[in-house]
Amino acid sequence: MAPTQPAPQRSASSSVQAALKDAGLAALIAFGVAAPMMGLRTVQGQGGLTISPRFDTVAIAVAAVFVGRLLLHAWQHRGGALRFTMPRLPGIERFAGPLLLAIAVALPFLPGVGRYEVDLGILVLTYVMLGWGLNIVVGLAGLLDLGYVAFYAVGAYTYALSAQYLGFGFWQALPLAGLMAATFGVLLGFPVLRLRGDYLAIVTLAFGEIIRIILLNWTSVTGGPNGLSGIPRPTFLGLSFTAGGGPGSFSDFFGLEPSPIHRIIYLYYIILVLALATNWLTIRLRRMPVGRAWEALREDEIACRSLGLNVTMTKLTAFAIGATLAGLAGAFFATRQAFISPESFTFMESALILAIVVLGGLGSQIGVAVAALVMIGGFEVFRGLDEYRMLVFGLVMVSIMVARPRGLVGERTPSVVLKERKAIDAALVREGAG
Amino acid sequence: MEYALQQLVNGLTLGMIYGLVAIGYTMVYGIIGMINFAHGDIFMVGSFAGLIALLGLGMGGITFVPLALMLALLFGMMVTSLYGFTVERVAYRPLRGSFRLAPLISAIGMSIFLQNFVQVTQGARPKPIEPVIRGGVVLAHADGFDAVLSWVQMLIIVTTLAVLVVFTLLVARTPLGRAMRACEQDRKMASLLGIDTDRTIVLTFVIGAALAAVAGLMYLLYYGVIDFYMGFVAGVKAFTAAVLGGIGSLPGAVLGGLLIGLIETFWSAYFSVQYKDVAAFSVLILVLIFMPSGLLGRDEVEKV
Repeated sequence: MAPTQPAPQRSASSSVQAALKDAGLAALIAFGVAAPMMGLRTVQGQGGLTISPRFDTVAIAVAAVFVGRLLLHAWQHRGGALRFTMPRLPGIERFAGPLLLAIAVALPFLPGVGRYEVDLGILVLTYVMLGWGLNIVVGLAGLLDLGYVAFYAVGAYTYALSAQYLGFGFWQALPLAGLMAATFGVLLGFPVLRLRGDYLAIVTLAFGEIIRIILLNWTSVTGGPNGLSGIPRPTFLGLSFTAGGGPGSFSDFFGLEPSPIHRIIYLYYIILVLALATNWLTIRLRRMPVGRAWEALREDEIACRSLGLNVTMTKLTAFAIGATLAGLAGAFFATRQAFISPESFTFMESALILAIVVLGGLGSQIGVAVAALVMIGGFEVFRGLDEYRMLVFGLVMVSIMVARPRGLVGERTPSVVLKERKAIDAALVREGAG
Repeated sequence: MEYALQQLVNGLTLGMIYGLVAIGYTMVYGIIGMINFAHGDIFMVGSFAGLIALLGLGMGGITFVPLALMLALLFGMMVTSLYGFTVERVAYRPLRGSFRLAPLISAIGMSIFLQNFVQVTQGARPKPIEPVIRGGVVLAHADGFDAVLSWVQMLIIVTTLAVLVVFTLLVARTPLGRAMRACEQDRKMASLLGIDTDRTIVLTFVIGAALAAVAGLMYLLYYGVIDFYMGFVAGVKAFTAAVLGGIGSLPGAVLGGLLIGLIETFWSAYFSVQYKDVAAFSVLILVLIFMPSGLLGRDEVEKV
């Protein structure tokens, strides 16, 4: 509800009047929006559905909108803008990364960190890795992928199935999962990468749904909606993490008291290493010819073509590498959960990962990590709110986007510089035009 | 043969509903170039509004079916228009002129919000409703199988066609339609020539939302059960239909909707119900590979 221009200067009384009028109008619209859905609840009665009116919540909602709108006016009257800028602390770019890394490495051993916190850390890091992987496709190469979760699913099912039928362990299956996801990436990418931005988006979305539906209905192999369970846990150089200890287990070898926390901490470090490897790979690739080609492609496809870049191959490598990383994350997901079902690979996951990438600021590695922390961490913190959680989640997504369309970290360092390395505003970076 | 005829009727009915939703996608995409992800959920809101209106009218004693349907339709259109207006103002207008992915993410957020808003306010359970209209005409009869065109299906097809004619005329003949087409071609130039582009865009959203309400009520009458999650799948299919028909083109949206509806119905009837979505999406992928701008879309000329 933001007027795009700041209100012109008016006398105090007339501006109060205008604000009241505007707030009244907003409240009226809020009434129209809230009354049918909130006020008239359909309930299952004895003779079918009936309506039970309850207008108290509507009144609260309308009042909230009225007051909120007035406050907004007051804020704007005092010269406040609706766009927020991040407070710029000198040198934050230099310290934020190493600091976060140090915290991430030390997390399992920090005081007050228990099983739940490490588990949450694993979840956040999984999304950090997925975000960084998708960042290669969307942030660097500018290809809008709405079906990224398909490759995640391919990785997870590759591990689960190879464990079930071939007896593979996690470390044997991990490269296979990456390879399999890359194959799927190329299979999908080859025909569709000629499409322009939004067509590509819808085709990737369709592909993600196709994969999910096949997983759901190919019951004889994938277990259908029941999924696959009993997926083996990873071993540490052949040492297992069985709960009871015993010969050949991690706790026995190192003479430790058997405890389930060992396995969780081990999982935590696996995903940390995987995520950091993703980050390292991205940073290296950006300096290589292929990485420069991606960024050039994102900026202007026609110019790239006229300079002799093989556009299809360049896009395909981005797609395949992104898919590989998702496949690796998928194999990790499978081993962590020990159970997978198609329910974990819905479009919502793709949307969530894309939201993390965009909210973090496209192309910004640290931004993606922060966004994953905020979104997934915040999502977990509000677990108690139950069904209101997703409601708030959607609202937060809209608000962050409206307040900071360029993402949380709205600037980035260019990959190639002439003389000095300085941050450029993300507004100068185009995306998805290809 | 009768079986095929029945599938044809069913497919056309389903396709009409998809087509109505697809128009909302295609108009918004045509004018501001964004995928309005929340449109499927506006469709769902329209369905709920229709349900609430029908129940309310039933409790109020208005049981004359044509009148009740008419009023429910009007009510649903009003409610979704308001939703379309609000969503545009809150989630999209502040992002106008921002980069391309920003409104898309905002729209996905809005879609999540609307779904859960309805879930919280109306409950998560599916809402069944007694059939409002029963019966139909037998089109063909052979060895114990009747191909029936039910009154509901007839109503859906006729209403959709009528709405389509009205809106095609609106876009082709009225000043508003002219403004919309102008904005579609060149928004900056249109505003230089005195067209209120903000108003035109918000009206496009409102019209799309009103059409979604029509589709929502038809869906309710046809299937007799709705839930808060129905908007997502229907929305994706409708968007697929819009892309298939060539995004930005009104007849294309309806054609795409009909095709998706027919493919889905025939695939379910002759092959497998589980894979009907796979069939629809595969056709989409194939069409886009060989005709990248859809069936009725114009080729876009890239200028440097």
